[in-house]
Amino acid sequence: MAFGPFLLLATLEGLLQAAVLTLTALGLSLVFGVMRVVNVAHGEFYMLGAVVAWWVASMFSLHPAVGFFAALVISPLIVGAIAFASERLILKRLNYDPESTIVATIGMLYIIQQTVLLTYGPDARPVSAPFYYRIQLPWFGYSGYNLFVIAAAIVLLLAVWFVLSRTRLGLIMRATQFDREMAQAFGIPIERVYAFVFAAGAMLAAIAAVLIVPIRQAHYLMGLDPLLLSFIVVILGGLGSLRGTVIAALLIGLSDGIISVFFSPTLAKIISTLLVTLVLVFKPEGLFGAKAR
Amino acid sequence: MTDKTSAPKSSVTRRTTLLGMGAATGAGILSSVSPGFVRYSHAQTSAPIKLGFECHRTGIGASYGRWYERVARAAVKIINEEGGINGRPVKLIVEDDGTDPKRGAEVVEKFATQHKVDAVFGTLFSHVVVAAAPRAGELKMPYLVVSEGTHVSSGSLNRYCFQPGITDVRSQVTSVAPWITQNLGKKVTMIFPDYAFGYDHRDNLPPAIKAQGGEVVEMIAVPPTETSFTRYLPRIPADTDVLYHIMVGPAVLTFVTELGQFYGSQRPQIFGFIDSVEAVDLSTPQLSFLDGTYFWEGMPRYAQKDQSEWDKFYRTAVGVNENGASIADPKDIATYAHMYGVWETLFTIKQAMQTAGYNGPQDKAKFIEALEAIETFEEGRDHPQGNKIFNGKNHQVYGHHNISKVEGGRMDVVHRTSIEDGMYEVTADYTKMSL
Repeated sequence: MAFGPFLLLATLEGLLQAAVLTLTALGLSLVFGVMRVVNVAHGEFYMLGAVVAWWVASMFSLHPAVGFFAALVISPLIVGAIAFASERLILKRLNYDPESTIVATIGMLYIIQQTVLLTYGPDARPVSAPFYYRIQLPWFGYSGYNLFVIAAAIVLLLAVWFVLSRTRLGLIMRATQFDREMAQAFGIPIERVYAFVFAAGAMLAAIAAVLIVPIRQAHYLMGLDPLLLSFIVVILGGLGSLRGTVIAALLIGLSDGIISVFFSPTLAKIISTLLVTLVLVFKPEGLFGAKAR
Repeated sequence: MTDKTSAPKSSVTRRTTLLGMGAATGAGILSSVSPGFVRYSHAQTSAPIKLGFECHRTGIGASYGRWYERVARAAVKIINEEGGINGRPVKLIVEDDGTDPKRGAEVVEKFATQHKVDAVFGTLFSHVVVAAAPRAGELKMPYLVVSEGTHVSSGSLNRYCFQPGITDVRSQVTSVAPWITQNLGKKVTMIFPDYAFGYDHRDNLPPAIKAQGGEVVEMIAVPPTETSFTRYLPRIPADTDVLYHIMVGPAVLTFVTELGQFYGSQRPQIFGFIDSVEAVDLSTPQLSFLDGTYFWEGMPRYAQKDQSEWDKFYRTAVGVNENGASIADPKDIATYAHMYGVWETLFTIKQAMQTAGYNGPQDKAKFIEALEAIETFEEGRDHPQGNKIFNGKNHQVYGHHNISKVEGGRMDVVHRTSIEDGMYEVTADYTKMSL
């Protein structure tokens, strides 16, 4: 294949990767930014989103689009409820202590993963895409649904940005992130904000998973890769920074897409981890993160 | 410290003696009327023969593990109903290795030291086999794998490792290569997983294709944990006649889907190993792209028109319907093309233990020698996949393979290779190693 089309394919693949990664990493970044909790179980919420999507979609025997859009609404709600419950039952009782919450979320990771293995089983199961449209380019064909995922991710990102920067809800969240005690002094119910943020973070991961599941099937181990990549993105972009997360996700997604097409996927992983190491050494607060106060 | 001298010398009283005698008599009457006990009474001991099943219950091999376990339980049930092995019941002990090489070796050790089993069997994924086999050799533990890898047949393991239930990749590739070049085309591009099992294909396909006057034009290795494949597809040369794919793990469906999007209707001929869609429902809409492509199958997933009575019996015993799905849940697709290997391995263990007059771990050497002395397996209930030739030197079985065509959401056999098609010159000889 000639260089031009090759690059085009690589870019499309990179954009798809970046789109899903941004949504997932944003959830992780939000939870860390506001709650200072490193959520190791984040990838499992992503996996749950996909598994619930399969479950919802397989209940509707109408047009695949009905099942898919039902899943897009129901799956994040269910995952959000589970995250809300685990925040109330576990994280709150640990007083959000950084060390304890890491161990607790590792425990949640295994509990969620193995529960899914016991109930849903070890198979990878597909969800039908809402539409099937294959774009035939002169050199290769590409799935129209992949482009839809990229567009949907952009719309969702704009929505998140709007909520964070233009609404009262966002103001409360930013206030809590900026200074927890001062916010509390001004009458912000910190604990309710925490529970909401934790659920919202999980819901973002679930939405990303529902979008990707028609391309990549639901499987009980699918949460590990996004977790690692999300951590890479969040560290690169600066914890808690929306702009940093988006730019870092684009950087990692595109470089991963392009490098793995032209060279090898292993090299792409080496480069992204190297990047993280360099950032941690020379700019520990991340490319766009605020210096620790 | 307790003072032992102060304990009564004997705690047996007249009352307990009478009670014990009564209980013993009762047990004697019970055992003589219950048929289960009588059946094992000829053995020197009726303690069970313990077989350790190293199972991929979790990890990327979990779909296989679940079905391998069902087959193992079905076979052991039959063996026990027929009186066990040498008059002793068989006890199946299952341990999960997480499809993880490191844990694979630990599981073998656990079987040997804690469970004290008589033999270990059932490991599938070749990287786990390669990691666990040396430990089995050190512990002098018979290790019968159902893996397809060429690790056993090439002589790279040890005298305690056998593969009597399923053919190896080299034999599979050798037997189908002539059919590929004669029917599909001579320029072949192969896509394979980047680990031991994929390397067996990488190393054995090019010479086999070349021997037929064909050529492998490109070899694309994909990491086994990969979740996206579109990025690899541009490397397929445009003049490829045949795309040869062999993928494993949970992402196989993605692979096929993305291949379909990439090519549309303008595709080369496609020949795959069933591993790429094992445990996956062929009537999934995303797989319609596979219509008209070909697969290697060990045992045909869909019951064929000329289905043998043995296939019928085996299918029912392991709970699989004529479409290769679980009788209990039609959405639960079996790993039907591979899992017969577990069945045949268990009946081979029984055969060899009976030949050796196996009575316990002290007879392990006799058991190994009895396995090595086997020359053929006749098609039948114990070997429903077909008749086979066993080579006692490289501990590998050779048999028939099926080439099936996908049409209308099912597969039908279009060619069945002879055993000779899959034979090659064997250089390994484990019998020279000490026991």
